[in-house]
Amino acid sequence: MLFKTLGKNEFRALVDIILESNEVIGPTQVDTDKDGKPIHKYQPVKTFEELDLKYENTGFSAKTYFLPYKENLSTWRFSEDDWTQEITYHLHPRAIIGLHACDINALLKLDKVMAREFFPSPYYLSRRRNTLIVGIDHEPCEGGFCRSLGTDTVNRGFDLFLTDLGDRYFVAIDSDRGYATLHKVAVRDVTEQDTTEYLEARGKIASGFGPDLEVKQLPNLLDIEFESDVWTKWGAKCLSCGSCSMVCPTCYCYGVSEFASMDFSEGAKVRQLYSCNLVDFAQVAGGHNFRPKRETRLKYRYYHQHRGFVEAYDEPKCVGCGRCGRACLAGISPPDIIGDLLAKEERA
Amino acid sequence: MTPHLQPYDVTREDEIREPLDFNRRTHLKHVDRTFKAEISSMIRLTEKEKLFHIRIVDPVERERFSFLPGQFVMLEVPGFGEVPISISGSNSQKGFIELCIRETGTVTTMLHRARPGAHVGIRGPFGTYFPMQKMKGHSILLIAGGLGLAPLRSPIIYVTENRSDYDQVHILYGTGDPSQLLFDYQYEQWRRIDGVNLSIIVDKPDSNWKGPVGVVTKLLDNISVPMNDTYAIVCGPPVMFKFVCTMLNRMGMPRDRMFVSLERRMHCGMGKCCRCNVGSTYVCMDGPVFDFWTVMNLKEAI
Repeated sequence: MLFKTLGKNEFRALVDIILESNEVIGPTQVDTDKDGKPIHKYQPVKTFEELDLKYENTGFSAKTYFLPYKENLSTWRFSEDDWTQEITYHLHPRAIIGLHACDINALLKLDKVMAREFFPSPYYLSRRRNTLIVGIDHEPCEGGFCRSLGTDTVNRGFDLFLTDLGDRYFVAIDSDRGYATLHKVAVRDVTEQDTTEYLEARGKIASGFGPDLEVKQLPNLLDIEFESDVWTKWGAKCLSCGSCSMVCPTCYCYGVSEFASMDFSEGAKVRQLYSCNLVDFAQVAGGHNFRPKRETRLKYRYYHQHRGFVEAYDEPKCVGCGRCGRACLAGISPPDIIGDLLAKEERA
Repeated sequence: MTPHLQPYDVTREDEIREPLDFNRRTHLKHVDRTFKAEISSMIRLTEKEKLFHIRIVDPVERERFSFLPGQFVMLEVPGFGEVPISISGSNSQKGFIELCIRETGTVTTMLHRARPGAHVGIRGPFGTYFPMQKMKGHSILLIAGGLGLAPLRSPIIYVTENRSDYDQVHILYGTGDPSQLLFDYQYEQWRRIDGVNLSIIVDKPDSNWKGPVGVVTKLLDNISVPMNDTYAIVCGPPVMFKFVCTMLNRMGMPRDRMFVSLERRMHCGMGKCCRCNVGSTYVCMDGPVFDFWTVMNLKEAI
């Protein structure tokens, strides 16, 4: 990995340069909550000032720029008794500035599902490769448990990654595109002073984390506790609304539906992100539902996060960003459920 | 002005420019492009089920399409939807693909209303297949319950086409009442093949029914094969294959020699949409064909 330092004015100039001809997406404050705390969202910006790189977290993840909540997979043109299919992919380069390590780790996990091994998705690849990613370090956020999942740091999956050193950024470069972009403005080589300050900054961040959640034994524990009353307890609270999956940076499951216009001249095949907590997720033709109870669906989501995904990709799907816990209308959060499962094991 | 970030065009990748072939799973492809296909023929099987002959329109694509018994396709009615359907026909036959479809939802209702000649789309084949090669030299039990005969018909045809590869062959088929019997015009043909035994049982006989009455496990009473050296393919509703497999195991057949086909909702067929997930497994990628030992280890599989 190559490192450089970049003055804050130069960074601003760099963003301005990208803004001249490309879309820039980043954390912007969109509202305040009932306690007056700012609410942030990743959204397209027109000026550098709209970006708030000191944000703590966002309600929604940035996955919508890679896996849109709704995406047209193909368009049908109907004529007399025939049809043609048109498929287009995202072709516009853009930059996302200010992603935290958890969200870049989330993209690395999505890459494994959407872009590797079997049936790589051209829809996803087009968006991923057309997106310059500039990450940024931050202090541990409230409710996040990323360190337990090893996603508090990241060393690939981005183009540039910034660490704030007061008047300048310490920049990690992980792609040729990142290198070329960075060199559109004046950058400096890293000095010993820069490295010292960088390590101090990293140390300060690392010391800010709460106690770790033990997730290593979860794959086994989830099998053993499949019939546990922990699921009955939390299942009774769950509203099966699917908010957790919507805000999750790695939940990728979806439904496909098709539409035809009223005059049958055209139609569309549309993919819409879904949630395994929604009642008809596992319902098959004829009406049989493989997961009819709320607790079985809630359990399934945890099973996929910490058991199924581990089996398939040797790592949990969860990045510990804490968004699902914050979004949950019933106050269910992963540390609580995992804590209950672990406590049960300790008591035994 | 030249943009500072260069656009990336996925359609210029070498792999995606190769002809579309869903058997090349690791290659980058237009995965949502469907092969245009014509409903060349429809054969009514029962009140609710029809056999569709689907012919891929482009002769080159038609020739390239190949599958193994047990695999499925995603069948699409543009503008209405896409459904996973297991292939019911012979994999040695190149001209058309046979799909046995029950009228049950939006897409299948549209298909039942379609006229021969209508253009649909198919993607695939997807999923795992019955290990017909591994079964070579052994006796085979082919057991179906109800609509399970649809996926079982493909390995049945395979075995009849390659009869000399196998020892004893028993086809056991159970269904609700005689009006629900699928492919009844073919029973005589299968029975005439030397060394193929077909037994059919119904649960609710009508006045014309002369065969045995009961559930399909009852037919196992009359089978005498060396169970520890025999393979079984069992297709039907979960409750049926659970009973059948448990009984076969009690008769001495190892669980990893029984193969079942699971049915789940699917929206992609490519291990992405998660709709078919059972525990940690994608039915569309790791299945639909599983051995019974694997199924027993999947949470909520049956």
